[in-house]
This record gives sequence, structure tokens and C-alpha cells, in this order.
Amino acid sequence: MNQVSNLQVVPFDAQRKRMSGFTRMWRSLWRAKTPIFGLVVLLIVFTCAVGAKWLVPYDPNMINLKVRLLPPAFADGGNPAYPLGTDDLGRDVLSRLIYGAQVSLLVGVVAVGIAGFIGITLGMIAGFSGGIVDDIIMRLADIQLAFPFILLTISVLAVLTANSGSNSSNRLVPLILTLGVAQWVTYARMARGMTLSLREKEFVEAARALGDSKASIIFRNIFPNALGPLIVLASFNVASTILAEASLSFLGLGVPQTVPTWGGMLAGSRVMLLTGIWWLAVIPGLAIVLTVLAINVLGDWLRDYYDPRLRS
Amino acid sequence: MGKTILRRLAQSVLVLVGVSVLAFSTLFLSGDPTYLYVNEHASNEEIAKTRHALGFDRPVYIQYMDFFFKAIHGDFGKSLKYGQPAFKVVLERLPATLELTFIGFFISVGFAIPFGVIAAVKRTSLFDGGTMLFAMLGQSIPEFWLGLMLILIVGVQWKLLPISGRIPIFEPLFQGNFALVGKSLPDAFRHLIMPGIATGVWALSRNSRLIRSSMLEVLGMDYVTTARAKGVKETLVIMKHAFKNALIPVVTMIGLNLGFLLSGDVVIENVFAWPGVGRLVVFAIQEKDFNVVQASVITLAVIFVLLNLLVDIIYTWLDPRIRYS
Repeated sequence: MNQVSNLQVVPFDAQRKRMSGFTRMWRSLWRAKTPIFGLVVLLIVFTCAVGAKWLVPYDPNMINLKVRLLPPAFADGGNPAYPLGTDDLGRDVLSRLIYGAQVSLLVGVVAVGIAGFIGITLGMIAGFSGGIVDDIIMRLADIQLAFPFILLTISVLAVLTANSGSNSSNRLVPLILTLGVAQWVTYARMARGMTLSLREKEFVEAARALGDSKASIIFRNIFPNALGPLIVLASFNVASTILAEASLSFLGLGVPQTVPTWGGMLAGSRVMLLTGIWWLAVIPGLAIVLTVLAINVLGDWLRDYYDPRLRS
Repeated sequence: MGKTILRRLAQSVLVLVGVSVLAFSTLFLSGDPTYLYVNEHASNEEIAKTRHALGFDRPVYIQYMDFFFKAIHGDFGKSLKYGQPAFKVVLERLPATLELTFIGFFISVGFAIPFGVIAAVKRTSLFDGGTMLFAMLGQSIPEFWLGLMLILIVGVQWKLLPISGRIPIFEPLFQGNFALVGKSLPDAFRHLIMPGIATGVWALSRNSRLIRSSMLEVLGMDYVTTARAKGVKETLVIMKHAFKNALIPVVTMIGLNLGFLLSGDVVIENVFAWPGVGRLVVFAIQEKDFNVVQASVITLAVIFVLLNLLVDIIYTWLDPRIRYS
């Protein structure tokens, strides 16, 4: 009797095991529901960023003073030809909004990629080697942490923008680099902590006993096991980097005005608010909030997903 | 404990030296820093003269030593715009920034504790759901945009609160002019509310979530169950047994919080025309007043390091298990 029931269980189990990581992820995502919202929003933003060229109704930098400061189509005095209205130079808000997705996503993802790469590499080296290497890397991390991050980016961008003048559009590269380099510490600390605990595990000891090289142990044994939490950290970091980029562009330290960004669109909106022109402040802000919210919701779900205590 | 504090103090000094190196080297990011101080049409001769006058023709390590020793005496050179010592210009703006940081800090910690604790105790209740929803939103809203929306709704539409400017509280307080403080306090407070909220909401959201999860963790521990089984009153279990221990990870966050708040201030000050260091920095960048930029950055970094040191000392004192080895 017992054996028969076991036989019935086995194929079911095998089927579960065969379920790929992707399928399992997808099922968990579907069950949690709210992250679906995040995924949909992100897909829309991503589509805007990639397809901006074909999606926009107007050239985002086309100045047309005849139609300046038109309210959105759904408000009083709006013109259906400009669904989200126009700014003080008569540029189409919708077109600028669609193009703005490019910079936000690009800066968010690439800067986090840089931060993650530097941080994880240094963190794992520090954790794995210990001793003086560890000391030097972690003291560097302390110094960096003691320097409020936005001040660091401001002082770097100040020098770089002063020198490049207003004409150059290659301010994007320094912006991404600074945001990336300024944020490596969190990754380094986490990667170091995880390496320290993983390094004592039996499977690492086994690899060492088999004569694997340090690099091989770090990349084949430690890195894959530390990846989950690091991905969670990175997802939240993409959100906060998009916020930071928006702040810097708002302050006029980001990319030049000819490149449409959400933060940059908000830069001139404060003065307009006082005269009742609300859409220039409200619309780009909502785009930022929705995008960042979507990423945060997905990050929350990812964290639960990777947390073995919460996994059934 | 004295040894720990000494060690921590030495570490802070090291960190400050590092900060000075960072601030110094940013000047060289674009190659020759002389170009930051001359206008675009300057002749080669003029550039050479400025380079010599500012000492940029000396070896870099000598320039750094010079910069460092002047910096510890508060000498960052003159402000090109104001014609006064850069450090003095920064110090004048500092009380405004600190005021905003403290209000932001008060909002982010003072409200986060009750919200987080109640949300954890009444888990899955409407209050919990609402708090967490707001916390999620609060972490997704750019603080400067929240400021803009407050200006739009509370300031322009409802005309309830002033949308810019500041009435000083700290300066008369430090001068001992309490009568003036008392008289201007209500108005000063009205000016502080919106910038304070905009500064504090991000950290408030983060702290509420942190306190909630920290409380939930502690409430699930065996000793809490034991306390309940012994018949200890629920309020006592929550306040004495759980809350005290749930606070430990929160205190660690407070130091980092101050960094977020200081950074946030820089942006918020520009939204509300708040006359602090953040607004000064942005102006100085536009005016290419780099002595002021450096003086501001270093001053804020020093304050940040000192506040963190203070938090660490309090932390050591609160939790005797912590010994830095």
C-alpha cells in the first residue's frame, strides 16, 4: 500500500523539479498580483524608451511659440492635437515625456550596473581575502559612506559641467559614471557579508579541497549563492537612482535641456506653478512616481521571492 | 567603552582626511582646474597668470597639503561672488540647513515609531495596509516633486502656507535672544511645515517599514510568547519586551538617515527658496564659485561625520554587547 502511494508521488515531484526557474518565478509573480501592475507599467515605460522615435507625435525639441503653454486636452482650453499640453516654448509635453523615459531607464540601469559591478567585485575580494585587503577596501567604503552621496555627485558634476559648457550632450556619460561610482558601497558591504558567511560553508570547503582556484571558488560557488539578495538590492537601487537623476536634472546638474528628461522638465515648472500652470509640474512628476513605484513593487516581490523563510 | 569611542574617533579623523582628498581631487577631474576660475575668453597669458596666482602650477601633493592645512583652519579661499571668505558665507547659511534637517529628522523618526509599531501590532488590519501603502508611495515620490505639489495645492490653491522663504529660529536662539524666538516662532513654523514634510517623507516611509518589520520579528520570538504565557499585560509586552529590542536596528538606521536628510535638503531648499547651504551650492555652481562649492561640501560632510560619530557613541552606550574588535 505504502509503496503504491509513493509511486504516485514520485512523478509529481519530478515534474515540480523540472519546472524551470523562470516558470516558478512567473507563477509566484502571478500569485502575488500587485507586482503585475509593476511589470505592466515598466513594460510601458520600456516601450516608450525603445520606441520613442516612432511613438512621439512631434519632435520633442520643436519650438512653436504659437502654441505655447497649452493645457492638456482634457482640461479647459486644451487642444486635442497636444494631448498633454505644451510647455513655455510650445514643445509637446507628451513627446518630451516619451523621450524622457530613455534617460531615466538608461541612467537607472547602467549606473546600478556599474555600482553593482564595482561593489560586488570589491566586496567579494574583501570578504574572501580578509586581512589587510579587507581593511583597505572597507575603510574606503567608510569614507565614501561618510560623504553624503548627492554632495559627491554634485561636486563632481559641478566641475564636469563647468568645463564641458552648455553645448555638449555628453554630460550623460559623467552623470551615469558618477551615480554609478558613488553607490558601490552598499553592494560591497552586502557582498562582503555574504562572502564571509558562505566562505565557511561545506561546499566551499569541498571546492577548496579539490584544489579549485580562488577565482573559481568566488565565481562558481560564492557568487551564484549571493546573487538573489544582490538582485533585490539592485532593483531598489534602480528606483532610487532614477529619483537621484531626477533631482540632479531638476537642479540643472544633469543632462542639458535639449535632452528631454523628466527631472529636467520639472526644472522650470516651479515658477509656472505660481501662475496656475500646473500640468508642467504634475505630469512629468507622475511619470517618475509611477515608474519608481512599479520598480519598488517588483523589488518587494523579488525580496519575498528570494527569502527562503517566506517561500513555501 | 572609552577605548571603543577613541577608536571610533580615530576612524572619524581618517574618514575626514579621505573626505578632504575626495573634495580636493574633484577639482582635477576635468584636467587643469585653472579653467574653472577663468572665463571662456581669457588669453593664454591670463590663464597662466591665474594658474600661478592660485598655485595650480605647484606639484599636486603640495597643493593638497596646502589645501588640507588651510581647510582645517576653515580657510577655503575667498568667494568670487560674495567677496568674503567662502567658509564664512557657508556658516551664515548653515543654521537654515540644520533647522530643516532637524525638522525632517523629527518627522521621519517621530511619526515612524508610532506608525510602524501600531502597524506591526495590528498586522493585516486596515491601519497596517494603509500605512504600508503610504510608505510604498512615500518611497516612490521624488521629494522635490512632493514639494512642488505641496506648493501647488496647499500654497497656491488653498493659500494656507507660505511657499518660500524662512524666518530664522536657530540664529536668535544661539544668540540668546529668546524674546525674538518666541515672537517669531509661529510664523517661522508656518514656513517650516511644507519644506519639512518634503524633506522628511522619504525617510519616514523607510523608517515606518523598517520599524514594522523589526517589531514583527521581535514579536515572533520565544521570549515574547513566554511573557504572554506568563500573563503579562499585552501593552507591557509590546512596550517593554518587544519595542525596546525592536529599536536596536532602528538606531543604526538613524545615522544613515541624517545623510539622506542632508542630501534631500540640498534639493528641497531649491524648491522652497530656503536660504541654506543647499541653495548656496547650486548658486555657487552656476556662478562657478568653486571655493564656496568646496567649503559647502566639506562643511556638510564634517557635520555628517560628527553626527554619525554621536549616533555611534549613543549606540555603544545603549547596547553594551557592541565592541568593535
